[in-house]
Amino acid sequence: MNTKLYIENYCKIKNNTVTLNSNIIFEEDNAENLKSFLKSIYKHLDLKYSKFFKMDNLSKLAFLASEIILKESKINSEKENIAIVFSNNASSLETDRKHQKSIDKITDYFPSPAIFVYTLPNIGIGEISIRHQLKSENAFFVFERYNAEFHYTYENSLIQSQKANAVLSGWVNVDDDTNYEAFIYLVSQNGKIKHNQEQLNKLY
Amino acid sequence: MENLKQELKAKIIENLNLEDFKVEDIDDNDSLFGDGLGLDSIDALELIVMLDKDYGIKISDPKKGKTIFESIQTMAQFIMDNKTK
Repeated sequence: MNTKLYIENYCKIKNNTVTLNSNIIFEEDNAENLKSFLKSIYKHLDLKYSKFFKMDNLSKLAFLASEIILKESKINSEKENIAIVFSNNASSLETDRKHQKSIDKITDYFPSPAIFVYTLPNIGIGEISIRHQLKSENAFFVFERYNAEFHYTYENSLIQSQKANAVLSGWVNVDDDTNYEAFIYLVSQNGKIKHNQEQLNKLY
Repeated sequence: MENLKQELKAKIIENLNLEDFKVEDIDDNDSLFGDGLGLDSIDALELIVMLDKDYGIKISDPKKGKTIFESIQTMAQFIMDNKTK
């Protein structure tokens, strides 16, 4: 018999606003840019994790949304087997552009190792896994848009096949300072919102 | 030499995103790695690029980095002895 699954919590970060289960938990209208907005969220959450400042904006966005969700969850992230499945449409484009800029001119060719290591979107999954000691299944997909059908099928399959007890999943995308968005949620056996394609589309 | 050490501290904080540190928090003989500033292997590579870009020093053998990047003091001395710009 299939295990009944729910969307335990969901977090959205976009338009200088952070919501948890549709309730605004932080907003900053006068943020200078995405980097400063993400730093403000970090301060607001009172996190003590200096490695955060070394991450690129995509990883920071995924990291912060995940922190908010896992802190709220009934699941012990260090004991439970939590898989991670993210998707977006810009891959690591913002960081790719920074790297390209550093190698544009042969006379000024100084690629930054600290930037280069983030020229893959799934590095953010690694950051979350390190933070929460996760050694679980994970994947990062690049789609044109958030694909609720795919996400539902994948998340459901991971838990029903006992590859994971819960799945941290969703859409995390950064194109530039104004075009960014995170919609991350935790699928588990806890909660009230049924885990299905219709609900995922509705919440997104 | 003193100006160079101050410059290095500011550059390390800026380039390596050490948001929890200020220039005055770093002593000249503090370890840059391990228990000191806690820099990691990617930071070490970033320091090698910084020496090349800002001081015209190319380090062909990364193993030398261990002694060069021991502290601000050792870094500054190495730059004074080897800089080409």
